[in-house]
Amino acid sequence: MVSTSSAVEPPRKVVVSSVHNVVIIGSGPAGLTAAIYAARANLHPLIIEGEPSSTVDQPGGQLMLTTEVENFPGFPEGIMGPELMQRFRSQAARFGADFLTARVSKVDFSERPFTLWIDDDMYRAHSVIVSTGARSRMLGLEAEQRLLGHGLSTCATCDGFFFKEQEIVVVGGGDSAVEEATFLTKFASKVTIVHRRDELRASKIMRERALRNPKIDFRWNAEVIDILGETKVEGVLVRDTRTGLEDKLDATGVFVAIGHIPNTSLFAGHLDMDDHGYLRTSPGGTATNVDGVFACGDVQDSTYRQAITAAGSGCAAAIDVERWLEANHEEPADALGTPTDW
Amino acid sequence: MSENVTTLTDASFDEVLRASGEPVLVDFWAEWCGPCRAVGPVLDEIATERAGSLLVAKLNVDDNPVATQRFEVQSIPTMILFRDGEPTEVRIVGAKSKSQLLAALQPHLPEG
Repeated sequence: MVSTSSAVEPPRKVVVSSVHNVVIIGSGPAGLTAAIYAARANLHPLIIEGEPSSTVDQPGGQLMLTTEVENFPGFPEGIMGPELMQRFRSQAARFGADFLTARVSKVDFSERPFTLWIDDDMYRAHSVIVSTGARSRMLGLEAEQRLLGHGLSTCATCDGFFFKEQEIVVVGGGDSAVEEATFLTKFASKVTIVHRRDELRASKIMRERALRNPKIDFRWNAEVIDILGETKVEGVLVRDTRTGLEDKLDATGVFVAIGHIPNTSLFAGHLDMDDHGYLRTSPGGTATNVDGVFACGDVQDSTYRQAITAAGSGCAAAIDVERWLEANHEEPADALGTPTDW
Repeated sequence: MSENVTTLTDASFDEVLRASGEPVLVDFWAEWCGPCRAVGPVLDEIATERAGSLLVAKLNVDDNPVATQRFEVQSIPTMILFRDGEPTEVRIVGAKSKSQLLAALQPHLPEG
């Protein structure tokens, strides 16, 4: 075993004209687990990890905007989301994975080797793992453009600080909404969860925590139809889903957590998707409809959507890729190194 | 942090911005903000590459509430470009890629 290096290589900006064994698109738990396995199998994976942003669409993925992760096995005391993702990344880098901090702008999976573009730079790959995850759904209101950064936020952990002793609205009823609301009570005088149903979708433990929290109020059966304020948030207009009656909730901060949309528009016309845009993979496996292209994590999972299930499917994708390359690779087999003892 | 990046405080804010002959990009940030940390290295790169035509400065919002409130920063990272001590129309909310940041700054930067 090689000695452990704690130093992580800074992202290298390299344009390689040769054909990569495997390019991994996306760097959440799925992509980075695939990277760890592929790197240990001497496949020298290239990970195109995404670009900085204040939404979940960034290197590291959805966990980059969460605080304490309490259910990832191996961390009995919990671990901060960004810290966990940094560890995933260091582990992949330790085994020789290469990273590009960039966003894939176009792909062509119609012939092999496959081609990917980052703007004008072209990359070629014998196989591809798609792990682009999912991004937060927004409400789709015009006010969101105007008020982003002026009371409307996509990042509770970043911006909760600015709402000390103020009233906040959190829209949504799932785990992310409840986690954000609970976190925001550290700063706000009151947090109102606006949810269009009459009960939370969140897991039992999160639900109970929120229901017990004296600073959290609930507005059931209500949907947000507008965010009020010209230059900063002054309130939220809600409509009762049963009566149709509208009224205004006072708030200076609004956080939206109403679910996710898979990041698959890049693959339209190439990869099969379901009606909601999730990639279709072979039952019990990670193969897509294109031979040599595999998918893992939330981009193909609308059921579980957990860091650990994403990581598990990332591992499966790397193993599927290694076997596929052994069976299909045109180059001499020794270019791939010796088969790995998993 | 790059040596080309200046650290601002509530006390030094106006003085540094007025004294600068170049436009100043101020990054409002905090230690606990993940996207701020992600954009940090990008700003370091820009500071080094554009040294002489752009000053990059950072203000920690935790320690400097006065400047933070004065410019109504409610989300971090927020990056505001100043000229002659006054904010320009360039106000960037949220972490961005290098090309997005340079595109936003372009009207205020010399060619190249």
